[in-house]
Amino acid sequence: MAVPERDELTGTETTQHEWDGITELDTPLPRWWLWTFYITIIWGIGYTIAYPAWPLVTSATEGVLGYSSRMQLAETIEAHEASRQEITQRVGKADFSEIEADTELDDFAQAGGAAIFRTYCSQCHGAGGAGAPGYPNLRDDDWLWGGAHEDIYLTIRNGIRWAENEETRDSAMPAFGADEILDDAQIAAVADHALSLSGAGEASAEGAEIYAENCAACHGDNGEGVRELGGPKLSDGIWLYGGEREDVIRTITYSRAGAMPSWDTRLTEAEIKQVTHYVHSRAAGE
Amino acid sequence: MVTGLKLSIYGLIAIFAAMAANWGHDLAYRVNALVVLAAAAIAFWWTMTREARPADGPTDGPGASGYMDDVVRAGVIATVIWGIVGFAAGTYIAFQLAFPVLNWDLPWTSFGRLRPLHTSAVIFAFGGNALICTSFYIVQRTCAARLWGGNLAWYVFWGYQLVIVLAATSYVLGGSESKEYAEPAWHIDLLLTVVWVGYLAVFMGTLIRRKEPHIYVANWFFLSFIVTVAMLHVVRNASVPVSIWGSTSYSAFAGVQDALTQWWYGHNAVGFFLTAGFLGMMYYFVPKQCERPVYSYRLSIIHFWALIFLYIWAGPHHLHYTALPDWAQTLGMVFSIILWMPSWGGMINGLMTLQGAWDKLRTDPVLRMLVVSVGFYGMATFEGPMMSIKAVNSLSHYTDWTIGHVHSGALGWNGMITFGALYFLVPRLWGAARLYSLSLVSWHFWLATIGIVLYAASMWVTGIMEGLMWRETDAHGFLVNSFADTVAAKMPMYVVRALGGVLYITGALIMVWNLWQTAKGRVRGSEAPAAVAAE
Repeated sequence: MAVPERDELTGTETTQHEWDGITELDTPLPRWWLWTFYITIIWGIGYTIAYPAWPLVTSATEGVLGYSSRMQLAETIEAHEASRQEITQRVGKADFSEIEADTELDDFAQAGGAAIFRTYCSQCHGAGGAGAPGYPNLRDDDWLWGGAHEDIYLTIRNGIRWAENEETRDSAMPAFGADEILDDAQIAAVADHALSLSGAGEASAEGAEIYAENCAACHGDNGEGVRELGGPKLSDGIWLYGGEREDVIRTITYSRAGAMPSWDTRLTEAEIKQVTHYVHSRAAGE
Repeated sequence: MVTGLKLSIYGLIAIFAAMAANWGHDLAYRVNALVVLAAAAIAFWWTMTREARPADGPTDGPGASGYMDDVVRAGVIATVIWGIVGFAAGTYIAFQLAFPVLNWDLPWTSFGRLRPLHTSAVIFAFGGNALICTSFYIVQRTCAARLWGGNLAWYVFWGYQLVIVLAATSYVLGGSESKEYAEPAWHIDLLLTVVWVGYLAVFMGTLIRRKEPHIYVANWFFLSFIVTVAMLHVVRNASVPVSIWGSTSYSAFAGVQDALTQWWYGHNAVGFFLTAGFLGMMYYFVPKQCERPVYSYRLSIIHFWALIFLYIWAGPHHLHYTALPDWAQTLGMVFSIILWMPSWGGMINGLMTLQGAWDKLRTDPVLRMLVVSVGFYGMATFEGPMMSIKAVNSLSHYTDWTIGHVHSGALGWNGMITFGALYFLVPRLWGAARLYSLSLVSWHFWLATIGIVLYAASMWVTGIMEGLMWRETDAHGFLVNSFADTVAAKMPMYVVRALGGVLYITGALIMVWNLWQTAKGRVRGSEAPAAVAAE
């Protein structure tokens, strides 16, 4: 064997190889490194015995602890639901006046309703419920389908223009322009009239006449709205699809038909009540 | 004869590309076809004018070194250019996340299309060119042999640039397979496969030709990177095109198998592209720059084999608590944790190579850059195994913590070691006595380091914050926050992250200036006499 060659600075043996001026020391493996490596391997073997790990032909080892992530999830959800089963049932049976009167039920329904709202409703109505163009603001006193507890409850349960639910809230406005019921000049005139109902546009005799013939049946003679027919109020200056003149013209020309899913297939009775209570309490409920 | 064959092949490609541009079903595919047409036309013209007239002689005569360095020089330039493109795209999309108006409501400038542009530009264009050009430089010198295959290395270089341009234009126009880090459409995948086989041939051919008795450790890492990436690329991109005239294709995998294939690919792109390949760079440039022997040959053997054996199993840790069977999740986590020490073997060998030369860190900013990159490597390879632990992952998964982790590795390790390598290579490749300015290297070093700290720290904060907010429940056990609440809460940290990106790209632009001046043989006025005296 060749005489060992040593690095002058460290006194460590070299491997006596050289590439483009690079040499190598033959330093032994650092002990702490090696032992940590061994420990992780031993830990790994132990962990794979304890937990599901090694694939077999058609299954895998299950691990001596009997753990499965699916079971862990099911148990967690079950424990959670069991802990509030009693109060959830009470909310399900109570009517809204009882929930409002009972502090405990009220607290619970508010908290649960808020969580449901953030999960299912906030995407369209906003985390704070302030809405967006096409998605109603739930913080004000303008209720398209009624703002009493029972009205809100039915709206959430059955949805709006939701074909899969037979009891869904439904109304339709004609597309006055697209269906050639009115011409452009008439639409402009009636748009100005509709805006004038909240003091935002110039009223005209022509607009008033067209309004009386085509709009008043659903929106009321003075734009006060007809809730039973799903005709929104026009006199309050709240515009779901925008209150600029061109927005209103667009609405009259093409019509609008926003939809909301019915939640009866996704939420339980108690959950619909909770979110109803939450929405009602956050707005000027009726 | 050979020239005639080449001309006919370029001609056929051009004709086919013209047909594809005419009949293509989607815009991305047609624009790709036009790019290929242009590339074939340029190659045709080049062959006609250069090779058909033998009087001009070979295009790449051996230089003074006897090594084939023209292609390395081209690779250095490409690395720098794609680096700036990738950093700029990343900084821009960071601002998009803070200020969504910057999407401009246009499909081509939307985050969804620019994000893969950024990731592909930094990983494959910047990182890939850095790996190809440094591996060509290193394999020649550590084998004492010229690159094998003559102009094949040039085909690899230009083929790779073509893949990058095709992928980038395709993303912006909506062509994507929607597989993370493997977005290019099937026709680009095929081209990359051909280029990669060429790369393997050049590298292996040079190794076989070597005049040294042993293969240097850097070349083990490069070879494992090239071979494994070939395997990953072919398997992950296995798909059936809907038509030969369109970008769309169907993946060979479905459901959870597709997800597992994705993260087997994705994690090993990190393991073999961004770790093994860059360790190859580290094993050459660190000992060269500090002029000390590699710390431990034994450690390099053990950590090399342990690393490449273990890395390939770690991918399932990206799919904790999903439809992936528990046994696969367990193995993914266990292999990730056992991988900790093999990863650190590279860090130890990098840092300890400085023993006896630590004082050089005070005077040599290039060495400082290399050493800090190894430090970031060590941090990222500790953080990774920690995040693979299921209990940690249940908090960190789907949060910005993951993005912070990736960037401390990418900006800190891959970026900094590449900068160090560029500062090493440019004076040598362009025959300059020294760098234009060491003080500008220091500026680059600090801007990049502070940029990374801002990036990583802001993402730790937002990541852990949003993880905790998603979990937060009230006294009744109801969730407290909506998703939009967590997004709103992250906004200030998104601005900090984007500013970190601004610092990082500013440093890189300073590097471009410094390297440009170096290549022209200049030395910064204020440094010239002092630096000479110090040496």
